[in-house]
Amino acid sequence: MRYFNLSRWWSIVLKEFLQIRRDRLTLGMIGALPIIQLTLFGFAINTDPKHLKTDIVLAEQSEFTRSFISALRNTGYFDIEDALSSQSEADAALASGRAQFVISFPNGFSAQLLKDQKPKVLVEVDATDPTTTANALSALNKVAQSALKRDLNHVVHVVDSNSPYSYELMIHKRYNPEGITQYNIIPGLMGVILSMTMVMMTSLSITRERERGTLENLLAMPVEALEVISGKIIPYIIVGLIQCTTILLFAKLLFRVPFEGNMLTVYAVSLLLILANLMVGITISALARNQLQAMQMTFFYFLPSILLSGFMFPFFGMPKWAQIIGNVLPLTHFNRVIRGILLKGNGWVEIFPNVWPIMLFALTVMLLGVFFYKNTMD
Amino acid sequence: MTTADYAVTVEGLNKHFGAHHAVKNLSMQIRQGEIFGFLGPNGSGKTTSIRMMCGLLTPDSGSGTCLGYDIIRQRAEVKRRVGYMTQRFSYWEDLSIRENLDFVARLYQVPNRKAVVDETLEELQLTSRAKQLAGSLSGGWKQRLALAASLLHKPKLLLLDEPTAGVDPTARRIFWEELHQLAAKGISILVSTHYMDEAERCHRLAYISYGELLCQGTSAEMIQQRQLTTWQITGRHLVQLNRTLEACPGVEQVVAFGTALHVSGTQAELLRDTVEQHATREGYDAKIIDTSLEDVFINLMKTSEGAFN
Ligand SMILES: Nc1ncnc2c1ncn2[C@@H]1O[C@H](COP(=O)(O)OP(=O)(O)O)[C@@H](O)[C@H]1O
Ligand SMILES: [Mg+2]
Repeated sequence: MRYFNLSRWWSIVLKEFLQIRRDRLTLGMIGALPIIQLTLFGFAINTDPKHLKTDIVLAEQSEFTRSFISALRNTGYFDIEDALSSQSEADAALASGRAQFVISFPNGFSAQLLKDQKPKVLVEVDATDPTTTANALSALNKVAQSALKRDLNHVVHVVDSNSPYSYELMIHKRYNPEGITQYNIIPGLMGVILSMTMVMMTSLSITRERERGTLENLLAMPVEALEVISGKIIPYIIVGLIQCTTILLFAKLLFRVPFEGNMLTVYAVSLLLILANLMVGITISALARNQLQAMQMTFFYFLPSILLSGFMFPFFGMPKWAQIIGNVLPLTHFNRVIRGILLKGNGWVEIFPNVWPIMLFALTVMLLGVFFYKNTMD
Repeated sequence: MTTADYAVTVEGLNKHFGAHHAVKNLSMQIRQGEIFGFLGPNGSGKTTSIRMMCGLLTPDSGSGTCLGYDIIRQRAEVKRRVGYMTQRFSYWEDLSIRENLDFVARLYQVPNRKAVVDETLEELQLTSRAKQLAGSLSGGWKQRLALAASLLHKPKLLLLDEPTAGVDPTARRIFWEELHQLAAKGISILVSTHYMDEAERCHRLAYISYGELLCQGTSAEMIQQRQLTTWQITGRHLVQLNRTLEACPGVEQVVAFGTALHVSGTQAELLRDTVEQHATREGYDAKIIDTSLEDVFINLMKTSEGAFN
């Protein structure tokens, strides 16, 4: 074929491998970057924040409410003031962000409980940042099941664990009811790290040849755009897969993210994300005249990826225009896919609506890259 | 002669960089098997012209062929057959000598790659240093490596852009011997240079200044075309005489060559009067000599500078 010759392509691949092997900085980036970023982001963006401000609205105090509240305190998630609030004060605290939780016990809670009338405890959650409150909520659910068991046993001698003497928790997510996903951050971080390193490493690759003067030599040789572009990214695919493994190991061992789905699927979609980002990087490097420009373009791509992909802010809480931009970006779809696989055990059927946009993106950018990579010095 | 006898023919090539007209109406022919010298001061457009010939730059207008292939429409064919050595060393400094040669040989799909690379290393006397990084070589070795690499695919035409800049005299002499051996095998060579002694070693020459080709031919033809008469003056206080003569009628240039002055001009009678008036009576020794290529180049440079300033 005129525009693609396997042995010419292979010569580029080999050359890139040799060069990466000697490039200490890149090697360091491959190894250290995911670890540094994971620990920085993973711990700084605390996935499991404790001491969330909680207001209690309480009509009457009893043994039961006291032990419920102390059980809540013991989880460490809830920071409960001794002073009680009125419903209106609590509402205002929630609105202004002074409190993340408001727990309201109904009038006559203890009496209803003892008469087995299943009183309803209302829990209002500020869900604008779902990851902040997710773990606290699950702790709350556990407390609800066990907290009053001992007290009730004491009073009415319930033997059976499915005690009829119980109450209902009504959880009311305020401000962003659909946004709650547990373990949002780490799978999301995987896409962010892969995007960042892949784009950063390749966006310099052709630019570097241009600055060192070796591009003139390469251009004077009979090698076609497609061979250069695809040949140059091959070693980085392997680099990406290594990083992917590092991140998954960290996610599992350090952050204990659940792995519900198929690992092969995880790697397949990660490969797709890697490809899409390598295409972006190589296209940037074909366009950039120098390394500064390459870095600027990298950030130009990177900012919306972080801000509009649903990684930083809940996607459906963003304005329409931001959602449109977000939907173009591969990271947006990858975040949904990877969370779907890891957390919900999604298979290909469920994730495909978010897979083809990444494919389309990669293909489009590759064509752009081939188009912008000129075979001349003009 | 037909186009088949030419390794390179270009007609009316023009190239602009923004408002700057870097190459103006360049027409040039390089014959099969000759060493063609491309001379001109820095920034005169030599590199730009060579890049247009090997398909690296698209001319704004004009046409040309390289080894019979169109330099605009058949670039891939041209690139496959031409050996180009860039002005600045442009092999990969973070690859070893062998890796560089191996990469180039693979890319050109050289048959018996391994054997060819081994042989090249042997000829370069670099077999023992094959694993050394190219970036650690000295200027002279880099230039030899670059030449060897550009010859791996056995091109019929070599385009060498100032290959000997910054290389010591012995290495230059060896380099030129190699070029003559290559030419003897029928390889056509275009070589741009600053050095006068190298110009004398070329079969034919072209002189370019401010993007304009001023003169082309053998060195004898160029000397003849210029029609300069040159006087050689020896004696004392030459520095003073130099200054005096520069302002005199008929004198186009005065150049100090060691212990002698070369005074040249196209108007022979006027020049004779001037020289006799100033140089004979004060105990100087003046005689007419053959105009050298160097006198011609200095004259070309002066005239074109005069036209632009
Ligand atoms: N890529 C380019 N962009 C802008 N100007 C250029 C470029 N390449 C060369 N020039 C200008 O064109 C002129 C000719 O340059 P060049 O061909 O390199 O001359 P030479 O090789 O004879 O020294 C110079 O003035 C140079 O500054
Ligand atoms: Mg030059």
